[in-house]
Amino acid sequence: MAHRPVKFFQVGSFAVGNRLLAEDERSVQAGVERTNALTKGHRACQGCGEALGARYVLDAAMRATEGRLIAANATGCLEVFSTPYPESSWQVAWLHSLFGNAPAVASGIAAALKAKGRTDVRVIGQGGDGGTLDIGFACLSGMFERGDDVLYVCYDNEAYMNTGVQRSGATPPAARTATTKPVGAEPGNAFGQGKNAPLIAMAHEIPYVATATVAELHDLEAKVERAMEFHGARYLHVFVPCPLGWGAESKDTIRVARLAKETGLFPVFEAEHGEVVSVSKIRRQAPVEEYLRLQRRFAHLFGDPPRTDVIERLQAIADRNIRRFGLLDEETAA
Amino acid sequence: MNKPFAITLDVGSSLANKTGSWRTERPVYRDLLPPCNHACPAGENIQAWLYEAEAGGEGYERAWRKLMEDNPFPAVMGRICYHPCETACNRAELDTAVGINSVERFLGDEAIAQDWAVTADAAASGKRVLVVGAGPSGLSAAYHLARLGHDVTVRDAEDQAGGMMRYGIPRYRLPREILDAEVSRILSLGVTLELGVKVDDVLGAMHGEGFDAVFLAVGAHIGKRAYVPAGEAARILDAVTVLHSMEGEEQPLLGRRVAVYGGGNTAMDVARTARRLGATDAVVVYRRTRDRMPAHDFEVEEAEEEGVRMKWLSTVKRAEPGILTIERMELDETGFPQPTGELEELEADALVLALGQESDLALLGGIPGIEVSDGVVQVGPNLMTGHPGIFAGGDMVPAERTVTVAVGHGKKAARHIDAWLRAGVYEPPPKHGLAELEGLNTWYYTDAPRSLQPTLELARRSSTFEEVVGGLDETTALFEARRCLSCGNCFDCDNCFGVCPDNSVIKLEGRDREAAGRGYAFDYDFCKGCGICAAECPCGAIEMVPETV
Amino acid sequence: MRDQLEGSQAVARAVARCRPEVVSAYPISPQTHIVEALSDMVRTGELAPCEYLLVESEFAAMSAAIGASAAGARAYTATASQGLLYMAEALYNASGLGLPIVMTLANRAIGAPINIWNDHSDAMSQRDSGWIQLYAESNQAAVDLHIQAFKLAEELSLPVMVCMDGFVLTHAVEPLEIPSQEQIDAFLPAYEPRQVLDPDYPVTIGAMVGPEAFTEVRYLAHAKQMQALDLAPELAAEFATSFGRPSGGLLRRYRTEGAKTILVALGSVLGTIEDVVDELRDEGERIGALGITCFRPFPIDEVREALAGADRVVVVERAFAVGIGGIVGQNVRLALGGVPPVVYDVVAGLGGRAITRGSLRKLVEDVREGSIEPNRLHFLDMDWKLVERELQRLSETRRSGPHAENILRDVGVVAGRSH
Repeated sequence: MAHRPVKFFQVGSFAVGNRLLAEDERSVQAGVERTNALTKGHRACQGCGEALGARYVLDAAMRATEGRLIAANATGCLEVFSTPYPESSWQVAWLHSLFGNAPAVASGIAAALKAKGRTDVRVIGQGGDGGTLDIGFACLSGMFERGDDVLYVCYDNEAYMNTGVQRSGATPPAARTATTKPVGAEPGNAFGQGKNAPLIAMAHEIPYVATATVAELHDLEAKVERAMEFHGARYLHVFVPCPLGWGAESKDTIRVARLAKETGLFPVFEAEHGEVVSVSKIRRQAPVEEYLRLQRRFAHLFGDPPRTDVIERLQAIADRNIRRFGLLDEETAA
Repeated sequence: MNKPFAITLDVGSSLANKTGSWRTERPVYRDLLPPCNHACPAGENIQAWLYEAEAGGEGYERAWRKLMEDNPFPAVMGRICYHPCETACNRAELDTAVGINSVERFLGDEAIAQDWAVTADAAASGKRVLVVGAGPSGLSAAYHLARLGHDVTVRDAEDQAGGMMRYGIPRYRLPREILDAEVSRILSLGVTLELGVKVDDVLGAMHGEGFDAVFLAVGAHIGKRAYVPAGEAARILDAVTVLHSMEGEEQPLLGRRVAVYGGGNTAMDVARTARRLGATDAVVVYRRTRDRMPAHDFEVEEAEEEGVRMKWLSTVKRAEPGILTIERMELDETGFPQPTGELEELEADALVLALGQESDLALLGGIPGIEVSDGVVQVGPNLMTGHPGIFAGGDMVPAERTVTVAVGHGKKAARHIDAWLRAGVYEPPPKHGLAELEGLNTWYYTDAPRSLQPTLELARRSSTFEEVVGGLDETTALFEARRCLSCGNCFDCDNCFGVCPDNSVIKLEGRDREAAGRGYAFDYDFCKGCGICAAECPCGAIEMVPETV
Repeated sequence: MRDQLEGSQAVARAVARCRPEVVSAYPISPQTHIVEALSDMVRTGELAPCEYLLVESEFAAMSAAIGASAAGARAYTATASQGLLYMAEALYNASGLGLPIVMTLANRAIGAPINIWNDHSDAMSQRDSGWIQLYAESNQAAVDLHIQAFKLAEELSLPVMVCMDGFVLTHAVEPLEIPSQEQIDAFLPAYEPRQVLDPDYPVTIGAMVGPEAFTEVRYLAHAKQMQALDLAPELAAEFATSFGRPSGGLLRRYRTEGAKTILVALGSVLGTIEDVVDELRDEGERIGALGITCFRPFPIDEVREALAGADRVVVVERAFAVGIGGIVGQNVRLALGGVPPVVYDVVAGLGGRAITRGSLRKLVEDVREGSIEPNRLHFLDMDWKLVERELQRLSETRRSGPHAENILRDVGVVAGRSH
């Protein structure tokens, strides 16, 4: 397991920082010296999970690489809200090319660095779930199978938010989007569709695949750090709630992310060379309803009468994840 | 680099875009009143001293000094306080309450071991204050008055200082060397202690000896008597006397079978003392049920562990030598015990009455303005009696009668006396709103059940007066301190600093931090008011306030 | 020293001596021999340091080149036909970001119907992509243009597409001279990027630009490309000095002195055209040819100057814009606005159809005789009977089936099938 064992510091294991920890044991985000790779003045919505996730990831990567980092970014919210001329919120070397090519651009950067002997500089590719799972998937798979020395980070907010919340291959069943409205016999997004990018990444047997959420910073940072210990293609899938697209309160971004993990809907794990090596256990198991109720994209499930059948199907997905990844430890399960 | 126009931008140039204008609500740091502090009769800032203790090492001394701002008896309190703070502790809802009392004891013991001392902080005022009674209230007042720069004389009729701490609490709960150490620390501030001196004429002493103010804290040392028909040879004692005599040359003779009449903590103390003095049978006779018993649970539990028997729903009808007649009671609809007429006999060589105490208020005779009601002295909110310059506190005023309350009275009285001596009025700082559990984000706290203090193994404690409850070692004390949730008060966890998607929390250091009085500030130029910082603050120290535009 | 070399091999060697640091390519005929050869050279270490990326598509090939170029590496790729279209989005991006990538385009028709043979439909489809387009009329020109292309691209910070006709050039073996490594090193300095992704001097590349500045950005892209009209001739002159032979530049005039008829073309067909010009000159006809080497930016003044003295300009082009007509022809007409020559637009050699001397001679004759109209689009060697049958069928039967299949049936390639 990549992250540190729980220590009985007052809140040390789960809060961002802790004055009681030695400096080198604190999270990157706890330090005033953090890069703020995505700095203030960006135009992300209030409570944007992606903005938060991107800063978490890149700041951790900047620490892990001692500032020797280049990022390639797919088109999408993250790109649009961070770089409207004449202002950029990035504080790292950063390139945006197209929607569907960030992994290939990153591969090209890595190849250039290798040819130039700049082995000290590392490369991150990043994009949203649409840019990663859908339009950019071929490039991503190519980058994986070639083993290009890139950490690709998908910030998954489960739909095309930049274009007005349309369904993507990462949109969960039953969720309302602009193209899966809660109309007709099966309201919201269909069951049985969508793809599990982390598992597909693992099938490439690349050195490192991990999932994380913006609700567990220490876990996230540990995974970025671990990812940077490997060379070759690596994949990090970060769950980033979108207050606007999900119809959640801006203050609840982290809470929603936490519940995604605590319900089992979003399994948090890491895999090396195609095999799961650790899972982040559920600490306080919650029923999916607790997660769903915070989001208007699922509001149609709680009408009159409520769609308990649909909620049960979603719970079944969570339960399957829990079994499949062993998300409950024996103590919690008992 | 000759960068292409518009396509290539300078890093960090978005600082020109002040997104603070988007905000409809702003986050504001706040301090709430932690429930422990709220519940502490001595007015300790528990959260604050735990915060210091959490650091370990030098933090212990800082914690102790913070504690000593309110209470000069950490080692005593750490043993005998009934710790309402722990009852109020929000952590109890998560796993178990923080063992505040045991950490306090650790700090108190550490202070004694390390010989930490305090000094008077204020310049000498030239004012003289007479404190009548060297119990917890009087000594507490003396301590605070001395630190405030006043010249204090404490007089007590007993041979030794401590009042009920010495004459009412058995040494297996409070070893005397601990008490002595903390009393002597108070005296080292320059407090004059005059023992064996009973003050009968308060006004005389005040005016005749030139005291500018008097604090009365004579306690309640007279055991209440109830009428129990008794044969001539029946041996009936009162609990106060029994416990007091434990401090004398000769231990009281109670016999092999001892009945204690009453349901308070004093009844438990006497019954447990009787066991230690050799009683084979110690029975507490109480007319109601256990759940209605005023004694604290842990006292009852420890007594039962030591073999003390409990006889619920029982009154003593008659006492004869060696035998008591007991009537069984039953509770009526209002919960009041009613006699049933069913009688039984209980063998007892002695009956000890533990039915409460009264104050000896003889010294108040002839003082104009003093009002006594229900056997206690009436005081104003500033603890001043009806006579200007004469204040009173502790068991002799209307309040719960515990050492902690008495210590709190001492502090409170000292502050008012200080203000009064300076011809002013003491205005306590406004109280913050209470930090409720609902306002905390408990996710961030590690699950960490309480570390139990070691207890003296049973065989030893029923026969000796060694201290029953041991202290925490350094590791467990630190662990326990770190279980504090810091309800409603920032404890520098960096969560707000980390979770802001707009980097709009500034971490303050050095002088900025000192000036702000906390470790963080909001950058309202950029804060969009999303509210994540407030929602994710573990201890509820941030609130969202609507913008007024 | 001249070697007998296949065009692709020659281009690969020339490119290798330009020291690309990243080559990313995806297989597509007829470009494959070039990148196969480069792959060999990277694997053997002959080309080093260089990373060869075996990408999964042309889109990725161009994208990787974008990344590599932005990271300060000299980047190269090659493609053709469908591959060019598949990377179309990335082409605009590379030029918009001002990344000096050099790409070989082995010109090939685009489908449907699928066709692997040569024409210029692919290159012409991307003429407005912001890339500089150079057209090689021979394999030696292809070799030389690549060497100049890197320098041109890097001087201007713009991508350059070197177009060479698929199969006709890529697969033709002929004696060719590949400049030595030393010669090329002397001509082509190491890449000094105008902007680069560097952790020590971080910048944000690829910002979003709104209405307030987008027009200006686009104009600047245009103005920058137009600088090639000055730079390309300078480089050609420098090249001639360094390598002892003329190559590159904007245009190539062939016997245009006193010509009343000038044939205009791009690419390898110029060889045939020049043969026809020689024949006709021998026969006393005042005829010449103009090869357009640099089609983007379009050298409008130079074309006008080269053609202004003629009476007739016949543009022979291997692509056309469906729904309007000739592409090169339109550009030439624009250049000749207000001057006498009559412009004839002739589409020839689509999908690999040979452009023969005979057909060209017939064309010149028709133009001279006035038997074809100047303002109509003409198709060289069109089988009009075939076309008319299909058009007839189309007018009779609403669902007449695909043209291509019907035409193939008419010419007897596939068995007839009744409708």
